[in-house]
Amino acid sequence: MFRLKVVTPQRVFFEAAVKTLVIRGIEGDLAVMKGTTPLLTPTKISVATLHLEDGTRKLAAVGRGYIAVEKNGATLVTESAEWPEDIDVARAEAAKKRAESYLNTQSEDIDYERARIALLKAINRINVAGKK
Amino acid sequence: MATTKEIKRRIRGINSTRQITKAMELVSTAKLRKARRQLESSRPYYRTVIESIQNVLEHVRINHPYLVRREVKKTLLIVITSDRGLAGGYNSNITDLAEAMILKDPAAYEVIVIGDKARERLKKFPVEIIKAYRGFPETIEFEQARKISELAMERYRTAEVDRVVLLFTRFDSTLQYTAMDYEVLPFQAAETSEKPKLRTLVNFEPDADTVLDNLIPLYAAISLYGALIEAVASEQASRRTAMEAATDNADEMIEDLSVSYNRARQAAITSEITEIVSGANALE
Repeated sequence: MFRLKVVTPQRVFFEAAVKTLVIRGIEGDLAVMKGTTPLLTPTKISVATLHLEDGTRKLAAVGRGYIAVEKNGATLVTESAEWPEDIDVARAEAAKKRAESYLNTQSEDIDYERARIALLKAINRINVAGKK
Repeated sequence: MATTKEIKRRIRGINSTRQITKAMELVSTAKLRKARRQLESSRPYYRTVIESIQNVLEHVRINHPYLVRREVKKTLLIVITSDRGLAGGYNSNITDLAEAMILKDPAAYEVIVIGDKARERLKKFPVEIIKAYRGFPETIEFEQARKISELAMERYRTAEVDRVVLLFTRFDSTLQYTAMDYEVLPFQAAETSEKPKLRTLVNFEPDADTVLDNLIPLYAAISLYGALIEAVASEQASRRTAMEAATDNADEMIEDLSVSYNRARQAAITSEITEIVSGANALE
């Protein structure tokens, strides 16, 4: 058990004791448990898996950010975090289509990096919503 | 003395202005409440990010480009105002601040303006406005802040500018807000009086450089996000106060005019009676 805190710009998204947190770091997936060596690493747009105290598993779609693992707990700081049940799938699908159409157009005015990130986010949200 | 008819028209005019200011006051009150809620709930995030960066900096002393102070040849100002006026001194406090900085040496500055009011004022000066944003909603999305801060980061990274400064209004309380400047880049470690915390060995994955590469843009985005939220709350608070004062003034004027109206009406009646009486006397 360790204390996990997930903060987004809008609020403290989650704060409780968990058994394990699995998340995608910049170097690949990593699992954080009690006793994990203090660590600080950027995280990617991905699905975070939380194994709770009572044995249940919770998923959350998270955006870019970083995780700081300390002796007494871990803090995940991310630009966005959502539970599957809060995701508006229709909206995510629309965002996905929009991003795809941007990526398929050749134009100087398009910021491809932004479109790429928007696409990743949309896909991530759709994935999480499908897994609830 | 003004006729009763004229006074009555003035009262009606002021009354309709009063209705508008009163309505604006109520709208601002509601928006202010919302803005304050957003402000309060986003503070934990802000603090956590700053703490983490400080934490990294305690461990490393590296010549990371975001940390190194270059000789300042050009400064990027991000000026945050609102699109609409009637908010007391809210916009002019910020633009005064910007103007004072720019007028010293217009060539040493470039500007990103947020809000029509800043654009209207600053376009009169020989300073380059590299981007102008408008139409921000009351609820600021983090994405918007990220987009603007990325533009600023880009200018800094390519050494087009050597410093990035935010000009915004900090929300202290519903009656107190301060126009201030805040230097975002290069990142400066806050000078804390307390002793640094016991150093625990932290692994940076893959390395401290990469971690800072990611953390500092996040820090810039969250600084801007924070500034935008503070600004929105200040705008509403300032507008509410201004409109409250305007409504009070209108009330006072209406009261004064009502007195004059009654006096004028009384004078008219008195003179009419005098006329009738003297007319009757003449008949006798």
